[in-house]
Amino acid sequence: MFDFGIVTRWIDDLLNSVMPGWLSTTIECVLVAVGLLVLYSLIAIFYIFYERKVCGWIQCRLGPMRVGKWGLLQVFADVIKILQKELITLWNTDKFLFKLAPYLVLIASMLTFACLPWGKGLQIIDMNIGVFFIVAVSSIGVLGILLAGWASNSKYTLIGAMRSGAQMISYELSCGISILTIVCLAGTMSITGIVEAQQDGWFLFKGHLPAILAFIIYMIAANAENNRGPFDLPEAEHELTAGYHTEYSGIHFGFFYLAEYLNLFIVSGIATLLFLGGWMPLHIPGWEGFNAVMDWIPSVVWFLGKAFFITFIFMWIRWSFPRVRIDQMLALEWRYLMPIGLVNLVVMAIIVTQGWYFGA
Amino acid sequence: MAEIDNKITQLCPQAQVDTTGEFPLVTVPDAQWHDLARALKTQLHYDVLSAVVGMDWTDAYGCVYYLTNTSTHELLHVKVTCADRENPRLHSVVDLWPVANFQEREVYDFYGIVFVGHPDMRRMFLRNDWVGYPLRKDYDPASNPLRLEDETGEDYTCRWVEDENGKVTKVDGKVFEDDEYVINVGPQHPSTHGVMRYRASLDGEIIKKVDVVSGYIHRGIEKMCESLTYPQMLLYTERMDYMAAHINRHCMCMCVEKALGLEVPRRAELIRLMMDELMRLSSHLLSYGCLTMDQGATTAFFYGFRERELIYDIFDRTCGARMSMSYSTIGGVVADVHEDFIKDVRHACDVIEKNLKEYHKLFTGNVIAVNRMTGVGILTKEDAIAYDITGPSGRARMDRYMVRMKEMEQCIKILRQACDKLEAEGIQGEYCAPKVPKVMKLPAGHWYQQVEASRGAFGVYIESDGNTKPVRVHFQSPCFNLIGVVDLTCKDNMIADLITITASLDFVIPDIDR
Amino acid sequence: MEVKIKSMKHEDFKDNEYIDNLVEQLRAGGTNIIVGKLDQLMNWGVSNSLWPLCFGTSCCAIEFMCLGAARYDMARFGFEVARNSPRQADYIMCQGTINYRMAPALKRLYEQMAEPKYVIACGSCTVSGGPFKNSYCVVKGVDEIIPVDVYLPGCPPRPEAFFYALMQLQRKIKVQKYFGGVNRKEKLEGIKYAPEEAK
Repeated sequence: MFDFGIVTRWIDDLLNSVMPGWLSTTIECVLVAVGLLVLYSLIAIFYIFYERKVCGWIQCRLGPMRVGKWGLLQVFADVIKILQKELITLWNTDKFLFKLAPYLVLIASMLTFACLPWGKGLQIIDMNIGVFFIVAVSSIGVLGILLAGWASNSKYTLIGAMRSGAQMISYELSCGISILTIVCLAGTMSITGIVEAQQDGWFLFKGHLPAILAFIIYMIAANAENNRGPFDLPEAEHELTAGYHTEYSGIHFGFFYLAEYLNLFIVSGIATLLFLGGWMPLHIPGWEGFNAVMDWIPSVVWFLGKAFFITFIFMWIRWSFPRVRIDQMLALEWRYLMPIGLVNLVVMAIIVTQGWYFGA
Repeated sequence: MAEIDNKITQLCPQAQVDTTGEFPLVTVPDAQWHDLARALKTQLHYDVLSAVVGMDWTDAYGCVYYLTNTSTHELLHVKVTCADRENPRLHSVVDLWPVANFQEREVYDFYGIVFVGHPDMRRMFLRNDWVGYPLRKDYDPASNPLRLEDETGEDYTCRWVEDENGKVTKVDGKVFEDDEYVINVGPQHPSTHGVMRYRASLDGEIIKKVDVVSGYIHRGIEKMCESLTYPQMLLYTERMDYMAAHINRHCMCMCVEKALGLEVPRRAELIRLMMDELMRLSSHLLSYGCLTMDQGATTAFFYGFRERELIYDIFDRTCGARMSMSYSTIGGVVADVHEDFIKDVRHACDVIEKNLKEYHKLFTGNVIAVNRMTGVGILTKEDAIAYDITGPSGRARMDRYMVRMKEMEQCIKILRQACDKLEAEGIQGEYCAPKVPKVMKLPAGHWYQQVEASRGAFGVYIESDGNTKPVRVHFQSPCFNLIGVVDLTCKDNMIADLITITASLDFVIPDIDR
Repeated sequence: MEVKIKSMKHEDFKDNEYIDNLVEQLRAGGTNIIVGKLDQLMNWGVSNSLWPLCFGTSCCAIEFMCLGAARYDMARFGFEVARNSPRQADYIMCQGTINYRMAPALKRLYEQMAEPKYVIACGSCTVSGGPFKNSYCVVKGVDEIIPVDVYLPGCPPRPEAFFYALMQLQRKIKVQKYFGGVNRKEKLEGIKYAPEEAK
């Protein structure tokens, strides 16, 4: 399997050989940032298109067809449109906070985005607390949403923001616990470490029942974290018009929209990383030929493929289920998911200490 | 008939009973009206007040009350007049029939008749700063030009109270207290199904009170009808409850036919019936779609609409339009059906029957849907009678939904039977245009016809003085009474339930506002 | 400059003189090639991403729902992202009668929308008052309140007519000049109830 680390190391050496260390680090930072930004927007655009097509398919429709071949250029048109829309600033609002909110949401998702392992050696920094970092920065987003709701000075946005605060903080717990379960199994918080540990079997298959349970809990909690149906209460279209971003127009709204889809990719990416072996190809012990073929597929394709598959499941859920009510949603978290998650964590700890998992 | 006559004169000697018409008509002065009303309700069991129709007889204002006895299904009309044209006042019957709340507000709005004892005497459909009362015969349309400034004073209400000496005083009040957190839903809101507006007072997410503000699509149809001939009026019946266009039009036709004593050809009757049922099917499909969409299950909405297209195709081929078909006419239908009509109907029946199972699979059994719909927004039988809620809406939310689904199955059965009959009895082309008089003059008197539309009982009331144009037309719409129970059913539920309860009540706003 | 709409010929549209005149007027001054190309790109974006504001008052709204549903599927054009918040919508399609009570709300909705914004008057009620023209409280055409870009008659119009109206709007957008061109205030001149400062 091709190691992208070779390329990055080569660039690093090249830069260091012609310029001082501080300059090469700066240039690398800029390069990485630009790369990330481009990737970020491309992935978001692709995801919007993906969702529209999948939703059309589920609803017996075609989805975008007329702009470009199969509507491929549809989202580009949307982006151009939204860039030139007027930015409305409201009276009687805190203008600084109002404008800050979308950037906070964007920054949170971008920081998390930067942590994902794209392929073998294709990662920005391999921190030894990588997973912890992801959990930490992803919670900045809720701040942005709360601010947006508060600063808009409207009752709809305020209710939306409060709902979202209650929802995201609650579900962060389940999300964290299910991630902890896997960290427990992997024995490391380093993202590379977690991926490497899944070389001989993905955690979903390796970790017995607790891993499967953790996966299910993670999927539900991530869906809720993401404010996607059936947990789309913060922007519950039919109750709160557009929830916390009701008052945002133009590209400010565009940022929320982008971040929403990017978060979808991020939670799928984390699910891939934790449960489906990140960029690791599918290996079946004993099938040498099959494994060799699997190894031949680039690691980036593996990662993206798995992430897109998980996303498809998210979309499927979204377009089939009705929305839950706020009390039901909180009951689901505090009465079911969290206790089950905690017990699950204990079971996983026992399994790990006893060495009962596959490939121990 | 004669018994009623005696009973009522026993209860109230001042009342005059006229039993010559279609229904017994009681005339009482306002002073005795409230006592008589109580006696009618408690002793004679006239427990449903179907409609309160305001009237302007040029010499006096007054109201006609439509009462129904739910055990014997007898109808009674009560005419109450107030001779004082300057300050017309009547006694309110809200304490007896809660449904009168909105009905009397409507009369106040149109005629300026003040109801003494009514708890909330505000305008219903028109702007708060409206000048005059539009349905009075001497109303000047120039007095109200288009105003684009926002309405004020919507927080204030008033009521008229009568003390022991019969002195009436006006008491001002407020709709909401100052410290209540009031959220405004509508008029432009995705789930008000049009331009309804609610103002809900919240405690966290729990609703404490809902104030329904109506009139954002009030078009004054009843007033316009007074200057039109009967065939011209038919146009408006389709634009009230556009989801029951055929049924409403059918009702209007029936009312006029009854008054004129016209016979409708059998084939035309069958065709009308089939169109009604198709309309009901289409309406319930839409209702299913909207209910599911308001709960966030967007896909189910699309499935509902997919089947509606089949019904639209049938309308399109026979009537030439997808909506507002203008198909029934006085004396029959406009033209015979399309030659593939029966084939199309059978096909649509098959497809919908099959897909109903899919709907149940997608939505009915879903754990979230069941949890959200069971036991919420309950309407008891007593409440349903008191508020005159007819049709599928007088139940808890899950049941309302299920009743519509079951009604669709029944519609399909009826349609199939009608198809068989139509094939067996009538031959294509045999049907001729209805034989009706060129100039239609309804005999003087009052005419009333009620049918079951897709949302409940729809009634047409016509008062004629023997001319080509009516003196007064009133449409008793099923949705109008539904808004009366919004507050009742939504109280102590959550804000998310407000949307779904109103969706399950399934009202069409133009039908409320008219 | 030809105004192109995918798979529609010039002759397929009615009211071509109107658009031809508009093009001629705009061309009269001449355009810088770079600005012109940028304009085209901008207009391409706007015309292909028209997000409607959900604003249905009566029957036409049902036909609009049909437009979104599976058979007609306006998602094909990219019109399907119906926004409930006026801030995020591009055009307001008035579906159904507007009466005196609704008129201030409609006007406010229009003012809440972000530029560039367009209006389609859909159905005879919004075009002229339609069957309710004689009523004591119905606005005789929404163009008394807000500037209308496309009039769509019908009671209610068929879904095909909706598409036609939307394509006409696309044509109109495709000739507008983003950089110092179209002046929305000019449009307000014909309006009876336009705010004073706009006149």
